[in-house]
Amino acid sequence: MKQKVRRSQRVDRGMTFVFYAVAFFFFALLFAFASKVILGGLAGATPEMFGFLRKGSIGNQLFNTVYLVFLSLLFSVPIGVSAGIYLAMYAKQGKATRFLCLCIETLSSLPSIVVGLFGYLVFLVFFGMGKSLMAGALSVSILTLPLITKTTEDAIKDLPPGYFQASMGVGATKWQSVFHVLLPACVPRIMTGVILAAGRGFGEAAALLYTTGSGSDLRWGNWDITSPTCPFNPFRPAETLSIQIWNLQTNGQDRDLANLASAVLMILVLVFSIAANALSRRISRKNSGEKS
Amino acid sequence: MEDKIAIPQNGNQFDISALNLYYGNFHALKQIDMKIEKNKITALIGPSGCGKSTFLKTLNRMNDLVENVRIEGTIRMDGRDIYRDMDSIELRHRVGMVFQQPNPFPKSVYDNVAYGPRIHGIRRKHQLDEIVERSLRQAAIWDELKDRLHKSAMGLSGGQQQRLCIARTLAVEPDIILMDEPTSALDPISTSKIEDLALELKKNYTIIIVTHNMQQAVRVSDDTAFFLLGEVVEKGNTEKLFSLPSDSRTEDYITGRFG
Repeated sequence: MKQKVRRSQRVDRGMTFVFYAVAFFFFALLFAFASKVILGGLAGATPEMFGFLRKGSIGNQLFNTVYLVFLSLLFSVPIGVSAGIYLAMYAKQGKATRFLCLCIETLSSLPSIVVGLFGYLVFLVFFGMGKSLMAGALSVSILTLPLITKTTEDAIKDLPPGYFQASMGVGATKWQSVFHVLLPACVPRIMTGVILAAGRGFGEAAALLYTTGSGSDLRWGNWDITSPTCPFNPFRPAETLSIQIWNLQTNGQDRDLANLASAVLMILVLVFSIAANALSRRISRKNSGEKS
Repeated sequence: MEDKIAIPQNGNQFDISALNLYYGNFHALKQIDMKIEKNKITALIGPSGCGKSTFLKTLNRMNDLVENVRIEGTIRMDGRDIYRDMDSIELRHRVGMVFQQPNPFPKSVYDNVAYGPRIHGIRRKHQLDEIVERSLRQAAIWDELKDRLHKSAMGLSGGQQQRLCIARTLAVEPDIILMDEPTSALDPISTSKIEDLALELKKNYTIIIVTHNMQQAVRVSDDTAFFLLGEVVEKGNTEKLFSLPSDSRTEDYITGRFG
């Protein structure tokens, strides 16, 4: 008996060590990776690389990346959140709904190169958009839509059923209950989905190869939104950071610039996740905690 | 307003006849006839699964939210059939509900109470301020919460949350309040506060309360209905039902022989 207890305790200590080791491994992996990319990238950087030049800098590409993610979220957030609400609150359980869920799951595991080709065929060939930020943003939206849908659906389904009942109980309609009670309560979790979606957009390259082109010739101060050199024109070709890395590396041109672009992309993703996490935590504290 | 004028003066808030309810194939409520009087507290007692909560939820049509429910028979409120002459939204405006688990929204105390009035179109701040204060006073929790109106309701104790939920219900000025085991998740002190509150509220409201606690039924209610396996075995004056039950099954239950 005593021996058995002692053995269980030994196993317990062993497993505790294993889990700590795994956690440390992940931390070390991220730290090593991030520091290698960021330090290596910054090491070969020259001041003009940070500028907004037509060639040999990353400023325009950085802007294109952020703008593309912004445009793609403009589509994927409203559609994804609506779809999530539909699945959680309105869809009747049955074959059609199960089939729809299967479709969404399949969509979420589509290889991005396939989505890129699809975007090329639909937005460029069929709608005749031409290589543009918009075509790229729409392709990225297709990639991230399932993620936002699923996060919203799960967030609503995991809420205590009392919220909905209480709201209906004072004579609210279903839509009022969803909009004024359920959705605000889900904001922190939906934000998490949006962060992941944006992260995917920042790093996406394959889906953009055929859709966004490689424009990096921007005239800052050109406010003619229809001009191909106006930064805010969504229908102009645009090179993002990830495409720039790919272009530079495959052409073997400017290794240092590619490394710097990688470092900046890495920092962008890190800063964005940290900021979005902080915001989402603040919202959830405001909803549930003592602070007003 | 016009429906208030048409109230028949018989003192009955609800007149239920031949009510049957099915969940799919399960016959959950069987041929229930009952009258519920105005400005009284009616307790619904019975063992778990006897249909008392289901019955309560037919009175504000919360069962409409559940799929596969079929209801037969009529429930008249002030003479109007709540399933045929009334919209469920209008009905729930007049028949408020307090649930078993305190379920405040993850919003501030103020926004919780103001939720119902806002939904029903009241936007002016001074009007909302007035409603919030009045409702919290009615729910006997104004003094505890007046300094933390803009803090989250999730930080309150269970008993405070439940009284806040009562205030939220009162804020839409219902005529009737349904309480579904409102104290089963609370400690004895909070329970007695809720009971005192119910006794105070019956001056202005008709209250129907589901309870597992027979002492609670005796303490607060004027009338009691005993449910068993989807039927109403007996309904009448609480004092009489507990001292001289007319049905042997009622006696078995209240003396603790089963349930």
